Amino acid sequence: MDYSNLRRQAASMKKSLFDQGYLDEQFCQVEDLQDEASPNFAEEVVTLFFKDSAKLISNVEQALEKYPKDFNRWDAYMQQLKGSCSSIGASRMKSECMSFRDYCGQGNVEGCMRSFQKVKREHGALRQKLEAYFQLLRQAGQLVLLELPPGPGCKN
Amino acid sequence: MSTTTVTPEPPHVLAVDDSIVDRAVISRLLRSSKYRVTTVDSGKRALEVLSLDGDNVHMIITDYCMPEMSGYELLKRVKESTELREIPVVLMSSENSPPRIRRCLEEGAEEFLIKPVRASDLSRLCSRLITTLR
Repeated sequence: MDYSNLRRQAASMKKSLFDQGYLDEQFCQVEDLQDEASPNFAEEVVTLFFKDSAKLISNVEQALEKYPKDFNRWDAYMQQLKGSCSSIGASRMKSECMSFRDYCGQGNVEGCMRSFQKVKREHGALRQKLEAYFQLLRQAGQLVLLELPPGPGCKN
Repeated sequence: MSTTTVTPEPPHVLAVDDSIVDRAVISRLLRSSKYRVTTVDSGKRALEVLSLDGDNVHMIITDYCMPEMSGYELLKRVKESTELREIPVVLMSSENSPPRIRRCLEEGAEEFLIKPVRASDLSRLCSRLITTLR
């Protein structure tokens, strides 16, 4: 009973992440790759994404400081981050990355600095929301295990 | 030694991408279609694998934009090599640039996929390529 409620909550949380534009269709593609062999694939990839993107963000940050007006370099670093966002369906974050790249193209330092702050904000917000989502999924999963009686005839 | 009626080994794909996230996704995509996958993070590593085990690689799928050696350069090296040139090479890129795509196809790429790559892109591609090899 409880677990189906949690499952519903998780589904509704996911729906609102889509409705608010945090995630796009690519996230579904990633979740669809889960199966018995890789039941936690989505969470694993998302965890990988946040580790990797934290590094990429730090690369951009350092480049903004150490290489003033080096728009080519800034753009190259941001391109990597944008690619990762795209691969997991991090839609809002991807848009901010694209804004940053547009400003690089225009040679607009102020614009770059502003949109970089937005990239970091979106990164933080998405991380919070996805952590909550996967935690809820995990709780729903755990409850299933606890409620099943021991003995033969148990489902895995 | 010839194989008889035993189930043949699944084809082996070499996936090349400098992005750790993309490597995870591409290899899962390929594995869920029952291919064997080796992932490497650079063109240089890819060539190392190919020099050791090239006979056993049935397809190369590589990102275009990589530091040091681009996917395009890797494609050229493969197609210039007598041992490796028959291996189909697929390029992937998040940038949809017709001149880039044209150049890769002219250099012998089988296909150019726009990222993010979907399961449907891969299954369509793999079944076409790998059956023609058999």
